[in-house]
Amino acid sequence: MSALRILVPVKRVIDYAVKPRVNKAQTAVETAGVKHSMNPFDELSVEEAVRIREKKSYPGGVEDILAFSCGPPKAQDILRTAMAMGADRGIHVEVSEKDEVEPLGVAKLLKAVVEKEKSNLVVLGKQSIDDDSGQTGQILAGLLGWGQATQASKVTFEGDKVLVEKEVDGGTDVVRAKLPMIITTDLRLNEPRYASLPNIMKAKKKKIEKVSVQDLGVDVTKRLKTLKVIEPPPRQGGGKVEDVDGMIKKLKELGSI
Amino acid sequence: MISKVGQFVLRQARTQLAPRASPTPVASLSALARLLSSLAVLEQRDGRLNHGSLGAVTAAQKLGGSITAFVAGGNIKAVAEEAAKVAGIEKIIAVDNAAYDKGLPENYAPLLAENIKKGGFTHVIAGHTAFGKNLMPRVGALLDVQQISDITAIEDEKTFVRPIYAGNAIATVESSDPIKLITIRGTAFAPAAAEGGSASIEDGVDPKAESATEWVSENLAKSDRPDLATASRVVSGGRGLKSKEEFDRIMLPLADALGAAVGASRAAVDSGYADNSLQVGQTGKVVAPQLYLCAGISGAIQHLAGMKDSKVIAAINKDADAPIFQVADVGLVGDLFDKVPELTEKLKQ
Repeated sequence: MSALRILVPVKRVIDYAVKPRVNKAQTAVETAGVKHSMNPFDELSVEEAVRIREKKSYPGGVEDILAFSCGPPKAQDILRTAMAMGADRGIHVEVSEKDEVEPLGVAKLLKAVVEKEKSNLVVLGKQSIDDDSGQTGQILAGLLGWGQATQASKVTFEGDKVLVEKEVDGGTDVVRAKLPMIITTDLRLNEPRYASLPNIMKAKKKKIEKVSVQDLGVDVTKRLKTLKVIEPPPRQGGGKVEDVDGMIKKLKELGSI
Repeated sequence: MISKVGQFVLRQARTQLAPRASPTPVASLSALARLLSSLAVLEQRDGRLNHGSLGAVTAAQKLGGSITAFVAGGNIKAVAEEAAKVAGIEKIIAVDNAAYDKGLPENYAPLLAENIKKGGFTHVIAGHTAFGKNLMPRVGALLDVQQISDITAIEDEKTFVRPIYAGNAIATVESSDPIKLITIRGTAFAPAAAEGGSASIEDGVDPKAESATEWVSENLAKSDRPDLATASRVVSGGRGLKSKEEFDRIMLPLADALGAAVGASRAAVDSGYADNSLQVGQTGKVVAPQLYLCAGISGAIQHLAGMKDSKVIAAINKDADAPIFQVADVGLVGDLFDKVPELTEKLKQ
């Protein structure tokens, strides 16, 4: 049984607590000067990879945890965070802020990295909280022809097989797969750790390899063109009522009950 | 090059056919009708058609053109016959093979990809459900197509509207792919009528791909209440309920009094007050009922993402400054432990 070589893709996104604003030209969401963080689902991926190593839950052990990010120069900060949480090294595919790569393109880049680095487990977030597509893991599994377990809430190992409990509509499903495979994380998978100061310092010495889209020989031409981005129509709060009777009366007026 | 020619032909067809447009209600798209052919991917469980998945047929009707529906699973005949009655479908492609019962994307994606290629469909539509989310991107990988997730509107045959940033922005995107692979938001496309159609049924191709994963078991929450995603009324509880016992004691009678489904905020789910499958929000279910009545929920943006398209929002919260009151049509400031039971009692009368 060979050791695990885990790949964890992470994305730099606008912090989850920030309310996004659409720019004046209605072409995109304003990102300049806005707080960015690691996509919350990706924190869960890094945490899970580190836990598999720490808890020795896979009998073959963990040989390598590689954090990957495709994004602007500042995506390196996110890779540092992943390394401070316990990833061994990072790989950064640098693209400019305005050339964000679509899920299909990212998956193609990841496929190239998987093949180069001989990864046998890729743990991704189930979706990024900016684009909300929820596709990259599944596309990567399709490109590689590997098994996939999406929206994982529990990952356990049975010899060389992986048991994954998945969140589905109405409850949970359990699937069993052989490595290599793709797992995407649901919020309930784990509770990500905070990186300690010593670990943040140590992470500065870990290596980030910079590669370009061309280095990986991948075509990431966009298939979708964003024509317009607008704010959703605002909801008008209807004001407050004094008591329960007032609430019932208003709901009746609105035809809800 | 080919796609450019294709677009040119479509445009030509539109201008030339427009004057004698067929009498379908979607006038702007009707001229394209004969050039578009959509495949609606329907879901089934244990030999029964999932009527929620008929939203894909509605979306296909908005596009215009011929509509084929796809079903796969063991003993699929009954499901295919049920689907054949759905209004608006011309043809059902059915694949009878128990290997597809659980919708494992490892064999279902090649199955779907083969049938898409064979049928020459221009649009493939599935629900943005656990099944669709798991499956469709993998189909996209096999066809080299960038899927468009969770759309809420169709502008024309290549232009679609979808929420991003937890619904805080609405993007209009234009796809240049030859096949448009789409998942739809269920609350934006009501299921097509289950009666009135008479589609023909034919067998699809079955590539019989092996699955790298095997289905082991499932644990589905059983409930007599309406399904959360499609209920016309939803009552939802948050952190303010304080415990599972209180959640059940306070919220369930209210749900019963209104005939409503039960939902919960992430805080309530994380604290174990309610089952995971009841979570409403960016990472849980997106609902848009006639009435969304919530108690003890502050209204974080991730929660609002899942319910702000509800027709009427009512909120009970003891914090008068809670953000939920900015979107609520009816707000009541007060202790939910007093107000909700009082409301339940008065609704029963």
